[in-house]
Amino acid sequence: MLAGILTGLFLNNYPAIVKINEKLLSLAIYALLLLLGIAVGSSEKIISNIYNLGFQAIIITLGAITGSVLVCWMIYKAFFHLK
Amino acid sequence: MKGTLIILAFFAVGVMLGVSGELPANMISSDWSSYALYLLMFLAGVGIGADRKSWHVLRAMNLKIFLVPAGIIIGTLGGVTVVSVLLPALQLREVLAVGAGFGYYSLSSIFISRLHNDSLGVIALLSNILREILTLILVPLLVKYFGKLAGIASGGATSMDTTFPVISKYSGKDYAIISLFSGIVLTMLVPLLVTLILTIGK
Repeated sequence: MLAGILTGLFLNNYPAIVKINEKLLSLAIYALLLLLGIAVGSSEKIISNIYNLGFQAIIITLGAITGSVLVCWMIYKAFFHLK
Repeated sequence: MKGTLIILAFFAVGVMLGVSGELPANMISSDWSSYALYLLMFLAGVGIGADRKSWHVLRAMNLKIFLVPAGIIIGTLGGVTVVSVLLPALQLREVLAVGAGFGYYSLSSIFISRLHNDSLGVIALLSNILREILTLILVPLLVKYFGKLAGIASGGATSMDTTFPVISKYSGKDYAIISLFSGIVLTMLVPLLVTLILTIGK
């Protein structure tokens, strides 16, 4: 990752290469999600457990959103809402 | 939104391929995804380094703006810690790792499935997609009742791209730059935090 950031700083002046990088990044993400999908689909443990996993995901999301909104509400009142 | 659908389509096709059981055994082995992950890390790094707008936004800001991503990190990790009592099947660090995706579902689910296991990777994918979708839906309400940072807080890492338009619409132009900044910082931190959480305390 660090090697990538340094390369990116160096490549700053070559927008064409940066464009290509964005394409490659999308491709790498697609490939990995396809592979994750394959791993998930071939795992009986996950498939038979999918409702449970979904339920856990929903609970975590609600906790994450509620927590971050509340903390930022306090920050907003204390530091941003001054005018 | 189109990006989300494409990503989901790739995942869904993978699931179907896996369920069908028609794949050669070496496709399922994990070496492929490790190499792809290294490539992904490198490419993500190039993207961050080469993004002039990001570095410019980072330089132009005063210190107060750092409170926003910091608050989102504290709030998210605190919030998921509280709800983790409802999830006896998961360890605290597993719940924290999913939360530390901050809505960046593609990268966080890949990392978590590689570093930990596929089950938690699926939870991370679902949970973080849901964070993006709920944010898109709830921003108007959140901003109305919890102030102009609420949409940015809910969006997490997505406040720089997918949820940015709706946030800047409801929180206003002054907050658009904060939204970009916070999303950029969180996006950069996702791989770092997820790795830290899963490897420390093991």
